[in-house]
Order: sequence, then C-alpha cells, then structure tokens
Amino acid sequence: MKQIYTSFDEAVQHIQDYSTIMVGGFGLVGIPENLILALVRSNVQHLTVISNNCGVDDWGLGLLLENKQIDKMIGSYVGENKEFERQVIAGELEVELTPQGTLAERIRAGGAGIPAFYTPAGVGTPLAEGKEVRTFDGKDYLLQTGLKADVSLVRAAEGDTYGNLIYNKTARNFNPMMAAAGDITIAEVEALTEAGTLHPDHIHTPGIYVQGLIEGKQEKRIERYTIRERTAEGGN
Amino acid sequence: MAVQKDKAALREQIARRAEQEMESGMYVNLGIGMPTMVANYIDPDKQVVLQSENGLIGIGRFPYEDEVDPDLINAGKEIVTEAKGASYCDSAESFAMIRGEHLDLAVLGGMEVAANGDLANWMIPGKMIKGMGGAMDIVHGSKKVVIIMDHVSKHGEPKIVQECSLPLTGTGVVDRIITDRAVIDVTETGLTLVETAPGWTIDEITEATGAPLAVAENVKEMTV
Repeated sequence: MKQIYTSFDEAVQHIQDYSTIMVGGFGLVGIPENLILALVRSNVQHLTVISNNCGVDDWGLGLLLENKQIDKMIGSYVGENKEFERQVIAGELEVELTPQGTLAERIRAGGAGIPAFYTPAGVGTPLAEGKEVRTFDGKDYLLQTGLKADVSLVRAAEGDTYGNLIYNKTARNFNPMMAAAGDITIAEVEALTEAGTLHPDHIHTPGIYVQGLIEGKQEKRIERYTIRERTAEGGN
Repeated sequence: MAVQKDKAALREQIARRAEQEMESGMYVNLGIGMPTMVANYIDPDKQVVLQSENGLIGIGRFPYEDEVDPDLINAGKEIVTEAKGASYCDSAESFAMIRGEHLDLAVLGGMEVAANGDLANWMIPGKMIKGMGGAMDIVHGSKKVVIIMDHVSKHGEPKIVQECSLPLTGTGVVDRIITDRAVIDVTETGLTLVETAPGWTIDEITEATGAPLAVAENVKEMTV
C-alpha cells in the first residue's frame, strides 16, 4: 500500500538531520514546492541536497539555504542565488559541481543498480582531478559514481493511489530518475486519482519507485517571463 | 581600422552567420545567451529541430500571454512553446542523446578557444563558480561544435589563443569559431581562416588572433 498523505509536514517526516535528499526540478520547473516548504518548517539540519539547481533567493531550495539547513549541495548550476554564493565564500556550504548530463546519469545509475560508469564529459578539465580515466577505442572517459538518496522528493502532474506518475512537459526533467534513486520517494502531485484511471501506457514513473504521495497546488513561479506581444497585424 | 558597428548589430551578424551552419533535417542544441539568439534567424524553409537539454526536442517560439505554460521552459529557463513535431524526455535521456552523438550541431558561447580546439567557457578563477550546467556534456555529443564569441576580450586581448589560460570545458572539442571579425576552422594542423567579416582584413584578423592562423585558399568575405 502506498502512503497517501494529507499533510505535507507528515510527508517529509522521513527526512532527518544529516539525511541525503534528492529534489526534482530544473530551475523552478517541476520542483515539489509544498514538500520543500514543509521541509523548511521541519527545520531539519545538515542536509546533503542533490538537485540540478538550488532554487532562487526566495523560492524553492533557496528557502532551505536561507534557513541554513543545507551542509552540502550536489548540482550542475547554482548561479541564480546570492545567498548560495555568500554561504560558499563564508565556508558554510560545501558544493560539488557535476556536469548536468553526468548528474542525470549518476542519479539514473544509482536507481538502476549501477555503481559507476564512464563518460567523456569533464575529461581534461578540473573535474577530472582525482578521477580514474580510462581509454576506450582511443578516446578518454572519466569514471563517475552513481548517486542514491535517503529520501527523494519529486513532483508530477498526475499520480494514482498505486504510485504511478505522469509529468507535464519540461517539468519531467530529473524527477523520474530521482524517484528511482531514493530509498523512500515522496511524490507531490497536482492531481491524485484512484488506481485504474491513468492509462497504463502513459505512465512515466511506475509506482514501484514511489512510497508516498500527496496532492497539492503549486504556485509555479516563472523565472524568465519571455512572452511576445500580439501585433496589430496579428503577428506570427 | 574597421568601421565600428554597435554591439547589438555585431551580435546579430554573428547569429545570422551561425544560422548558415544549419541544414534541413538537423538536430541542434543552442547554448544559453548569444547562441539562443540564433533561433531568431532560422530560415523558415529549413526543417531544423532545436534540442533543449532540460528535455524538449523541438523548441518553439516565445508564447503569447494566453499560451504560457509555466511547466514549459528552455535550458535558459525562458518560457517557450513547443514546435511542430516536438517531444519531451527526462534529463537522463536528454543527455543520453547528447553523449550518444545524435545531435548534428551545437552552437555555444566561449571565453577562450585554443588552436587545438580546447574550449574554456564555464569559469573564471577568483570569481564565484556558478557551474558548468550541460556544457561539458554537449561539447562531446555533437557531430559539429561551433563556438560564437567576440574575437577579442573587452580589454582587446585575443580570445583565440595557443593554449587556454582558463579552466577547460573540454579538450579538442571545437570545430569552428564564428566571431565578429572572422570564421575560423580548427583543423588537425591548427587554425585556418575561412571567412573575414565585413570591414576586416586578413592582416587585422591575424593580428587579433593569439595563435598561428593559416589562410584558406578560398578565403572569402562573410555574407549574412
């Protein structure tokens, strides 16, 4: 049976001091907004957070940073966040930068029972320092290890009571791999339905990867509101 | 001395020249910043599919206000639409298709490019490191990597050099450099000037390039 929560505070109860967590999303798209807010309220400390980005100063994972709950961040791009910069310079926050594709594959590997893999990304760069390099067919590759988490927090558009998930557009991003790489995965879904209502062939994340679900409404903040104006001629 | 065009006009010239690298049927990744501008100039008669590493194959134009879906962004975190024939995937699959060399072309920005095709475009020592994002993967995944950038830094120093001084993004990964002054190919024997931008002579370009520059037999003026 999947745990169906009605309280976000209860949904994050497995996360404790010194937990390693994965949090889905790319920028602010596809982030489990309400689970993050609950984590801020829980005030758990010394977290290791694996996520592509670290939110912005007043939203998403930026709220955990502001509340000084993160000891270490593993991500690929953290440039949207002034508090992040301040904490790194002050030595309060450890950062492990990983190329985005390597990060995605490390998480995928973690959830797929693959301890490590070779990738060309980062060969000959500062990232290669201390890492094993191996040559295949005359080309060099770096050894990278898989990543797992105590708890993964993901966000989906639809979910059912068997834990099956469907994502919307580019809100999918890191969520499916993180769902598989968490010992416990909690999904925040926009709409929760009874099992049997979602088309089995449309499921992105089978429920086997998901332990708990909760329905919630998101703000879905937009970082760059790049709209076009309709011109008098109708535009194109 | 060449006639100075304003910065916006030069960026447009570079973007229009980069568009000429695209052919119908290609799958293309455009980097964040100036490379994203190239999308504005794609010939509508070319069927080019733009891949966004956050999981969209087929980036469309910016939306009208009533079309906005906050779940639909490009890798620069700008709200976009989906193009005809688009598809979505997760981040692992997106980078699997990148590393698996299924992209025909990547157009990326650069801080420095070396004569052997080394690229530096992600960090400046002493400044806050923001992260490499997808650049280190993308430079290994495309059949052709084109770097678009200013020919010299704002201090007038060459950005095309014998050896990069900045930390690398990838080694030997660049195929072609398009700047405000020239189009230069990275070949097995070094750099070759293939096009001069309007208003620049071969001598002026050679002077502003920090590595030996061969001149192609059929060198011509850039047309955009």
